Amino acid sequence: MAIQLERDDVDQAKGEWEQLTLLPFMERRPERRSSFRTLSGTELQRLYTPTDVADVDYLATIGFPGQPPYTRGPYATMYRAQPWTMRQIAGFGTADDTNARFRFLIAQGQTGISTDFDMPTLMGCDSDDPRSEGEVGREGVAIDSVDDMLDLYRDIDLEKISVSMTINPSAWILLAMYLVAAEERGFDWKKLSGTIQNDIVKEYISQKEWVYPPKPAIRLVRDTIVFSTRNLPHYNPVNISGYHTREAGSTAIQEVAFTLAGGIGYVEEVLKLGIDVDSFAPRLSFFFVSQIDFLEEVAKFRAARRVWAKVMRDRFGAKKAESQRLRFHTQTAGASCTAREPLNNIARTAIEALAAVLGGTQSLHTNGYDEALSIPSEPAMKIALRTQQIIAEESGVAGTIDPLAGSYAVERLTSDIEAGCFAYFEEVEKRGGLVRCIEENFFQQEIADAAYDLYQRKERHEWELVGVTKYRDDTGNPKVELHHVDEAASERQLKRLRATKARRNENKVKAALAEIARVAQTDENIMPATLEAVRARVTGGEIVNMLKPIFGTYVEKPIF
Amino acid sequence: MPIKVLVAKPGLDGHDRGAKIVARALRDAGMEVVYTGLHQTPEMIVTAAVQEDVDVIGVSILSGAHMTVFPRIMKLLEERGVDDICVIGGGVIQENDVPKLKVLGVREIFDADATTQNLIDGIERVVAEFGRARKRTGAATPAS
Amino acid sequence: MTRSVPVRVHRDLARAITAIENGYASFGDTLATLPARENGKASFVVGVTGPPGAGKSTLVDRLIEKFRAGGETVAVIAVDPSSPFTHGAVLGDRVRMQRHSGDTGVFIRSMASRESGGGLAPTTHDATALAAHAGFDVILVETVGVGQVELEIVAVADVVAVVTVPALGDSVQTIKAGLTEIADLFVVNMADRPGASRTALDLKHMVRESGRDVAVLQTIASEGTGIDDVMVALTAARASESSNAGRAVRFEVVRNIRDAAVRRALAVLDAPRGRSVLERLRAGELTRLEAREELLVYALAEVINAD
Repeated sequence: MAIQLERDDVDQAKGEWEQLTLLPFMERRPERRSSFRTLSGTELQRLYTPTDVADVDYLATIGFPGQPPYTRGPYATMYRAQPWTMRQIAGFGTADDTNARFRFLIAQGQTGISTDFDMPTLMGCDSDDPRSEGEVGREGVAIDSVDDMLDLYRDIDLEKISVSMTINPSAWILLAMYLVAAEERGFDWKKLSGTIQNDIVKEYISQKEWVYPPKPAIRLVRDTIVFSTRNLPHYNPVNISGYHTREAGSTAIQEVAFTLAGGIGYVEEVLKLGIDVDSFAPRLSFFFVSQIDFLEEVAKFRAARRVWAKVMRDRFGAKKAESQRLRFHTQTAGASCTAREPLNNIARTAIEALAAVLGGTQSLHTNGYDEALSIPSEPAMKIALRTQQIIAEESGVAGTIDPLAGSYAVERLTSDIEAGCFAYFEEVEKRGGLVRCIEENFFQQEIADAAYDLYQRKERHEWELVGVTKYRDDTGNPKVELHHVDEAASERQLKRLRATKARRNENKVKAALAEIARVAQTDENIMPATLEAVRARVTGGEIVNMLKPIFGTYVEKPIF
Repeated sequence: MPIKVLVAKPGLDGHDRGAKIVARALRDAGMEVVYTGLHQTPEMIVTAAVQEDVDVIGVSILSGAHMTVFPRIMKLLEERGVDDICVIGGGVIQENDVPKLKVLGVREIFDADATTQNLIDGIERVVAEFGRARKRTGAATPAS
Repeated sequence: MTRSVPVRVHRDLARAITAIENGYASFGDTLATLPARENGKASFVVGVTGPPGAGKSTLVDRLIEKFRAGGETVAVIAVDPSSPFTHGAVLGDRVRMQRHSGDTGVFIRSMASRESGGGLAPTTHDATALAAHAGFDVILVETVGVGQVELEIVAVADVVAVVTVPALGDSVQTIKAGLTEIADLFVVNMADRPGASRTALDLKHMVRESGRDVAVLQTIASEGTGIDDVMVALTAARASESSNAGRAVRFEVVRNIRDAAVRRALAVLDAPRGRSVLERLRAGELTRLEAREELLVYALAEVINAD
């Protein structure tokens, strides 16, 4: 920065300010805490000046939007062309129930669809599996076969609206169901746009939804990336996610570093097949949380883009600019929402959403005020969506690109988060790479330590929660109307599943499952066989169970 | 003697941040904590509780399936002749379900905002109030 | 026929171990709460020790599977460390063995090490005896595994398996010299990692130097590879006449002497002469080094000359 020239002057002036103004003032009015830390525990300075960013070279590290290293944003015009995609996640009950919620959200002005599946679907259990009892359609929508998938997006134009699916260990099956549903409705795969989460690495690290051990599970992700690169030009076959890592209690640096470490792992896996990095890297997408610490979060998003650009350029020799461009979805932080005085969560969510926008997100889910109590009610979702619309239409922040760039504090935090990420990458290499670090609980232990540290800071009142640890009102917790759990949904789903099974040709089912098992034991791509099985109405649980003896099952080594 | 607690994670969800923080805090409060791991069925939880002979089963549940899980745990404990292990719960449990769980014999329910100190105090209170006299008097149940 | 143990016995055994662990009842009284063993044959006690992260629990999980396949019932006693400050503990070993949860032929019990420092809890020995009395054919005892040599397992187990992982460095530093004396079997786990053969070779050299006949095997416990070889070695040791008894007795003697010495030393240090050294230290007449040397000479002389 040109500011560098003034550095000595600034330092001298700052010294004088401290002597003449600061110290006398503090004599009269001491500061209320001896130190101020970010949510992640990073100590904040009282005041940042040009001296603090003297090492930041504007052209090389900040640059311009739409150009590497993308610190200022992935696109040249950002929200001046069109605002971020407002993508409220939804899912509960049966496919029909969720389809109705999607249509409500689209009617309210939502511009993308995001699907939450129930725990059994996420874990590859059919609705009639004993382990599914009590969980069918409860936290998300139950999808057993392609018949459910057809109803889930009924009357929604899949060539026009982008559809995101939050699913991991069984993601390749759900992708196959989505593609077969699109095919049967006459849509062109080449025109489908959307994203599937499909990020198994972070499951071992933080979200803990897994079926198979890391090696075969990462191979399944690789297969979907390769398949998608060849057949789905506008589809994001993986959404490499830091959300769950942060929600599990990590710091901001860990969130970015561990997520990008996962990204590096997938890239390496695909490169092993001799595929050109520039052919698939542009379709890798990311997902972060936006937590309540506003400045730290803005810096985090900016740093993430810069780090990924450098990794792709320097480590993988990516030539195309798009390969270096990190695009991400954001969700506000469920962990920041409180059960007490739930309407306060509207304010929290608004601050977090603003941080995501000022950090340059491509799409955003804002949590409902009832996040800590249940899955969101319709009124809660509506206010959450309105929060985004107010930021886009009324706040004015969408009018200029990356407006917090050049803030001494934000640039300093951005550079520090970047440095923290590269330090973690080095550590991962030193410890023998990604899979080894997963198996030896390196990431998990770092997160557990950070989570416990934050928890203790809360208990010591070094980090306050309004209405909970501070300003607590014990006269009673205001009630809000919650999402009504439809206890009959699970019975309806079981009926749907029975109907599908009754209609299908069992010989075809057996043959399709045998073919998947055969492919699984080779290094062939698993997608064609999975698509064939899905067309024959094989269920997700049947495929997942078929592969357990071949791939093995994963058991964590717990750490605390 | 240290209070022994089983921290149990039933169901398919993997949200173990709370359970692990609780485990660590209870350890720091001098308790012996057995952790079940994720994705446990009620049968697995009760088997662990019986073999470990814990004072308390602490069920951490965020999946909404608490009205399925708790009744099963209580029934299994009864079937296995265990009447001296206290069951408590925490996580995302809707307020209007709390009285129903208490009727089943669940001793205490902690909401998402409870501090670990609330939990430690709660466990000590529950054990003092409902915990087994057997252990403290030393009269082991004779085999029949 | 695959045997099992009634659920009621699980409960009573669990309660008996608690009573012993917490000192609510004597061993004899507690034993009386359990039904007498039916088949009269002795249990086979296998100790599994080794450094943290070596995969002890995973290996135990695999051994349960094999012993069950052979129709025998299995009890596991898994010891985890207590915090020396709060006395609390987190016991997580059973997570790795959870797939046996529905099998009533398998009983898994975690124990906190409490004040004990030798890799076991003070009452692990008694707990093992109770499990044997309750009718379990095989008892797998997993030690704390916090890194130091955990010799106490010798006093409890008929056969001791020492588990380790391929050393990343240039030698097997993780294997402390003392372990070659207690091991009846070395298992180099995670053998698919670099350095496995080298580690196995180094161990074989160490074993040869010690003059004992100890097998060195390689496993990948997480995938079940090499477990059959471990079973063959365990079965051979079980049948062998060269029992662990001599070693166990020797160990017991050493332990008793050590415990007596510690008790005596503590008493001596608390006597007037010991206290006066500490007072001179406080007054600045002695440095810490000098005070330590003086106390050591004094206490050693007193302990050796005692009784």
